[in-house]
Amino acid sequence: MSEDFVNIEIDGVPTKARRGQMIIEVTDEQRIYVPRFCYHEKLTVAANCRMCLVEVENAPKPLVACATPVADGMKVFTRSKYAQGAQKATMEFLLINHPLDCPICDQGGECELQDLAMGYGKDASRYTERKRVVKDKNIGPLISTDMTRCIHCTRCTRFTEEIAGFQELGTIGRGETMQISTYIGKTVDHELSGNVIDLCPVGALNNKPFRFRARSWEMRQVPMVSPHDCTGTNLFGHVLRGKLLRVVPRMNEEINEIWISDRDRYACYGIYAGDRVKQPMVKTKGEWRETSWEDALARVVAGLKKISTEKGAGQIGMLASPNSTLEEFHLLSRLANGLGTKNIDHRLRQTDFSDQNADPVFPWLGTEIASLEKLDAALVVGSNLRNEVPMMAHRIRKAAVGGASISFLNPRKYRYLFPVTGYLATDDMPGELAALVAVAEKGKSAKGDHRKIIDSLNDGAAGMILLGHLAQRHPAWAVIRALAAKLAGLTNASLGYIPDGGNAVAGCLAGVLPHRDAGGKSTSAEGLDVPAMLASNMSAYLLLGCEPELDCANGDTALRSLAAADLVVAIGSYASDTLKEYADVILPIGSYAESSGTYVNAEGRWQSVAGAAALIGQSRPAWKVLRVLGNLLGLEGFDYQDSQQVRDELAEALAEHTPDNAYHGDRANTEAANGSGEAEDVPMYLTDAIVRRSQPLQETEQESPASPAIASF
Amino acid sequence: MNQVRSLLKTLFLWELLQGLSVTMRNLFVKKFTLMYPEEKTPQSPRFRGLHALRSYRNGEERCIACKLCEAVCPALAITIESDVAEDGTRRTTRYDIDLFKCIYCGFCEEACPVDAIVETRIHEYHMENRGENIMTKDKLMAIGDKYEAMIAADKAADAPYK
Repeated sequence: MSEDFVNIEIDGVPTKARRGQMIIEVTDEQRIYVPRFCYHEKLTVAANCRMCLVEVENAPKPLVACATPVADGMKVFTRSKYAQGAQKATMEFLLINHPLDCPICDQGGECELQDLAMGYGKDASRYTERKRVVKDKNIGPLISTDMTRCIHCTRCTRFTEEIAGFQELGTIGRGETMQISTYIGKTVDHELSGNVIDLCPVGALNNKPFRFRARSWEMRQVPMVSPHDCTGTNLFGHVLRGKLLRVVPRMNEEINEIWISDRDRYACYGIYAGDRVKQPMVKTKGEWRETSWEDALARVVAGLKKISTEKGAGQIGMLASPNSTLEEFHLLSRLANGLGTKNIDHRLRQTDFSDQNADPVFPWLGTEIASLEKLDAALVVGSNLRNEVPMMAHRIRKAAVGGASISFLNPRKYRYLFPVTGYLATDDMPGELAALVAVAEKGKSAKGDHRKIIDSLNDGAAGMILLGHLAQRHPAWAVIRALAAKLAGLTNASLGYIPDGGNAVAGCLAGVLPHRDAGGKSTSAEGLDVPAMLASNMSAYLLLGCEPELDCANGDTALRSLAAADLVVAIGSYASDTLKEYADVILPIGSYAESSGTYVNAEGRWQSVAGAAALIGQSRPAWKVLRVLGNLLGLEGFDYQDSQQVRDELAEALAEHTPDNAYHGDRANTEAANGSGEAEDVPMYLTDAIVRRSQPLQETEQESPASPAIASF
Repeated sequence: MNQVRSLLKTLFLWELLQGLSVTMRNLFVKKFTLMYPEEKTPQSPRFRGLHALRSYRNGEERCIACKLCEAVCPALAITIESDVAEDGTRRTTRYDIDLFKCIYCGFCEEACPVDAIVETRIHEYHMENRGENIMTKDKLMAIGDKYEAMIAADKAADAPYK
């Protein structure tokens, strides 16, 4: 018998448990259910609900299973009369102040208290005294409160303190007057705060936009993947009569554990925005009219053919949203090839393409998402981490709390919620990076943050340099990347990218790039990148799921050249007023919730989903639209039956590709001169068309550069 | 002996007379046929006829959109959509009962925690046009308001047995 194990007996069955484990962990492993409210495996033990009382032999009183460590020879009884009596008594006390409003409570049907009251509650209440009533608090547009229902388990307060990183919710008062509250009148603004909804075992904290919309038992639960950032967060969509009503996390320890960010949870309320297109639309002499698919597609085909014969296919440019699915990217790429143009790109916000031939086949994280929390040291270059990839920021916070040295090099000082080794906030990112390289290279005696950062990268066994969105959008991206690669080579660190866009990796794999074909093969005729396309006043633009005026680095130029173009085909879900000014044809497509497709996340993981909700009006999944366009243009091999076939075709073509971030460029010695350009810092809830239309997200205090999320020190 | 008895019975149409005697007897018994529609059968307060949505005396609608009736309905005749009302309460925005699907089992009434949906004693109704089989919320509320006295009396009469 090893030192670390003890022999215990649960309900008469002998079992082994690791020393120091709590009884409830052992019973959970043995799949013996002990009722609980406050205990949660991802949070610390609070032991304040007292629901998990069990009988332990020779103990004078029933003991709480969540806070009692196992001891050798311990005999635990979870179902004995004594234990059940204790549990039932606890339940009776919990129900004293809990209102009997299950019929109007959104938690009804998925409520832990309701479930356990069925097993441990009495049929009738013996309590005749006055019940406690607590005033509801407005804690923002995302979470609704019914505080009378609260049973003071403090899961929410522990979540904000331990997982989110700063205590937005806390308890005030004590005893019967105890209440859960934000710090006087404040709202809950953290980017993961929506998770308290799932944690709350009763209906005290609930999804505000979803409030009173449906009951849990009538909705269909469909797996989804978030397209809003490159994490590839696993979601469940809850669908009622074809309409997506809410999004909840789908557990995946390797990606998002059991959490999701607020952007993933609430973006779905943008799907049914007012300017959603339900019918193909064409513009004739400045007048928009709805039309049939045949008519709209015929017009697109005729327009594209005319331009490609009269002015050459080089006059056609294609811009794809980096949140499109792999299938859409692949078909668009094939469409461009068929038309004979290579003016196709998905890197809408990137500005510096001078070194693009040194790009890896696809920019990947350099490690698995789950191993981010095992890092010893990391230097995050140009990333407002919490805004860009909230779930990865959470992993990195876990690493930092566990003792890793995390440093930042950013244009601004963003608010971070963990101990930071060094924070370099500068307008001149390449300059500072060069200074870091110099320190690493020459062992130059530097003081302060530079030294600390280099030391931490040198010391740590697992060190990383992560290049964020702000670095990739920087006008001197090539220099930053070269310097970062050099720094990684000099120190113990590996290089990782945080791809800009939900499915940017797939975009690179499918060859939605002007300089490469699918799988990173170099192309014979290099096309134009996004800024070049928009600057060169082309005759035709094909937009896939993007609104260039908001999604591109330089919106004004985009608007000008789009307005001047002969033909602008918008394949998208929304028709904003701006879009209606420059577009000529709008082909309505399904949003991420309605289309089947594959998302490739930052770690290169392929995740396919079938589409959850019903399509709106005449809209069709984008891959079908592109497929039919291929057919109508008379291109070969566009006879796909389903999106899976498209994916398989590309997967076969890619066959063997190993992610490799090794830098083979030759810009390493470039002096970081004119590096003081500005990288566009897109506020968290303005990143894509759907998020921008989500009413609840727009009502939050966004962590935009002007908000208090920027540290004032 | 049996053969003789059988022969006699057949010869004198004994069984026919036996049957006719029932007819003769009932010719003079008090009839229970009712002259509908002038006369009507008595109804139990539990009679399950046309549905109604009730309101409280102050005019506030009872239904809280808990959707238990929709969940319990074995014929899937009820369709409910709900949302937050102007005053912040939970209310239905749509409450449809398809009378063609409904089997008048009364489960909805049984499930209702606030006695909002009830089956009244009304059973004389008809439809003339397609679509009239769908009882919308407005129609159900109107019936509830019109027959509130009757519904309340029926509920009161049945209360001791619940």
